[in-house]
Amino acid sequence: MAVPARLPRIDLSVGPVLRSLLLGVGFIVGAVAVLVLLGLVLTQTETAFSWSGYAQQIVSGLSQGAIFASLALALVLIYRTTDVLNFAQGEMATFTTFIAWSLMHHMSYWPAFALTLVIAFIGGAAIERIVIRPVEHRPEIVIVIVTIGLLIALNGLSGWIWNPEVKAFDSPFSNGTTEIAGVVISYQELGVLVVCLATVVLLWAFFRFTTLGLVMRAVANSQDASRLVGVRVGWMLALGWGLAAVLGAVAGMMAAPSQFLDPNLMLVILIYSFAAAVLGGIDSPIGAVAGGLILGVLINILGTYVDFIGGELRLPAALVVLLIVLLIRPQGLFGHKVVRRV
Amino acid sequence: MRRYLSVAVGPALFVVGAVVVALLPRFMGEFRLLEFTFVAIYVIALLGLNILTGYSGQISLGHGALVGVGAYVAALLSLGRPGLELYQLDPPSWIPLGDGMRPVFTIPIAALVTGVIGFLIGIPALRLGGVSLALATLALAVSFPILMKRFSEVTGGGGGLNLNLPETPFGWDISTRHWLYYEAWVTAGILFLAAWLLVRGRIGRAWRAIRDGEVAATSSGVNPALYKTFAFGVSSAYAGAAGALFAIETAYVNPDTFPVSLSILLLASAVIGGLGSLAGALFGALLFEFLPIYSQEPPIFSFHFAEQAPSVVFGVFLIVIMLLLPGGVAGLFRALAGAVRTGRFRRRSDTSELA
Repeated sequence: MAVPARLPRIDLSVGPVLRSLLLGVGFIVGAVAVLVLLGLVLTQTETAFSWSGYAQQIVSGLSQGAIFASLALALVLIYRTTDVLNFAQGEMATFTTFIAWSLMHHMSYWPAFALTLVIAFIGGAAIERIVIRPVEHRPEIVIVIVTIGLLIALNGLSGWIWNPEVKAFDSPFSNGTTEIAGVVISYQELGVLVVCLATVVLLWAFFRFTTLGLVMRAVANSQDASRLVGVRVGWMLALGWGLAAVLGAVAGMMAAPSQFLDPNLMLVILIYSFAAAVLGGIDSPIGAVAGGLILGVLINILGTYVDFIGGELRLPAALVVLLIVLLIRPQGLFGHKVVRRV
Repeated sequence: MRRYLSVAVGPALFVVGAVVVALLPRFMGEFRLLEFTFVAIYVIALLGLNILTGYSGQISLGHGALVGVGAYVAALLSLGRPGLELYQLDPPSWIPLGDGMRPVFTIPIAALVTGVIGFLIGIPALRLGGVSLALATLALAVSFPILMKRFSEVTGGGGGLNLNLPETPFGWDISTRHWLYYEAWVTAGILFLAAWLLVRGRIGRAWRAIRDGEVAATSSGVNPALYKTFAFGVSSAYAGAAGALFAIETAYVNPDTFPVSLSILLLASAVIGGLGSLAGALFGALLFEFLPIYSQEPPIFSFHFAEQAPSVVFGVFLIVIMLLLPGGVAGLFRALAGAVRTGRFRRRSDTSELA
């Protein structure tokens, strides 16, 4: 059984809210400092370097990273409650995006968006009840294989129902661009960033400020203790899967306009999200979001400024970076060390 | 007496299988022969995967990529530098490519090279452990086609490489397809025996001990890191041999021959065939080859399903097997044999980890 080790740190005795606020501010300041430093290095190495172009790459990276962050958060959510990495997360997202595509033939964008989220929630909870529940207490490897089965089946099913041709997917944001302090930003990228981060913040508020959120955190912490105080653990797990599916659906609908919709839409995004979740520490929601954003910016900068990597080797490059981080810090950036009790 | 009988069952089945395989070509045309040659290739790949997942308890979603590595090694070696010059490819001079060799000799080399690569991947992957290993290998599977396209000065990029179909050696009076069929099945047979020797001995015992409880294994003096990496290396070598045969058989390699779905479906077949059982590799291989064909066009009903039907069937199969029959098809047969012997049907699998 795995229990988080006690942090060998001096308690600064600030409240948890203030502490996370300080952490967040520290993280942002640190990230900005690193990016500025990197920019200064690039001014020396790149002949055609411009700060506005660099900033544009960072914004694109954040926008892509926000999609990774949403899906990574979904993975972490399920990992914390069910203790398993859900390999079907990406395919669930693709499937719901296809549903949204169908709905959009009958209604305008935002009603279809909302309806899709509802369907995703029900679908995610149903999958937990029907498929995951029976293997809940079996070894990890069994649950992983079941989610891989789900991946295969859902991938085939979405190709079967909607045929595997690549489809255009509507975007709610206009195609124009705006200029902020000399940096050209497309509304598309800005919209994706805002929608993904808003979903993340809403979810955080749900977990932080509602009783149901508190109960779900209790279940993630200890299922046995929660059951003892009368929590219906099974339904909380289903709720967790439902919320994860909603996050995935948001990521899918935000990714589809720029990546185009086909059954393999989320496959590469899923791997980036896995990488983001592991980078941030697989048991840390903040880590997942930070990991996603870091990864998004990183692959954009690497792809643009390192000729060897270019457009094609972004994924392998990102994985190499992940590997290096894990070799130095196996628990990820924000994760907890795990000690095993025999 | 009964004990001796049950010991003899395994070798007896192996001999029966070998006879069936040897006689099978008499009853089928070239196309069927091709299908069964692929079955042999998948048997080898699934044996490797079974050693890794079934015996040492590690998941690999990247075996398709390792098969691809083997295929490319075999293709490059059998073409050699002169062959690659015809494609106007200019591989860096430090790669020892040689002047082309008989395809059959590339099989052990491909196995060795892939095994070493797998061993090297296994070292950092070990540090990730458990589910992260599945993630790392999945990443390998996704990256493989990208890498093959990117380094086109060696691999020929998206266009792939054409090989020459080998001729039947020693002046034997059989067609090339027949020769390839026997070549694949003899390789599969040898590797089956090698796997059997491995898993029944000291090493296999260590693997199973690690799978069933790493801490307990460590305290019994088994070094988990060593054995797990070794399992990764052996398993990759099997994948490499399968890949070499694949390249020889199809006489063509291309990055998109080894997509992510190959890796995922290989794992699915290994699980459905039966983890922790070498016979499971055979069932898995038959399934891998024939399920896509028959789930698209079922033999009895006159349906024609979409080309996505196999994935759906595979996925649903995988889930149902995990829910109901953790030992897979091989486990089912074992349970049936046990039921005949004892009069009681037990759904237990050999892999206590999975049960």
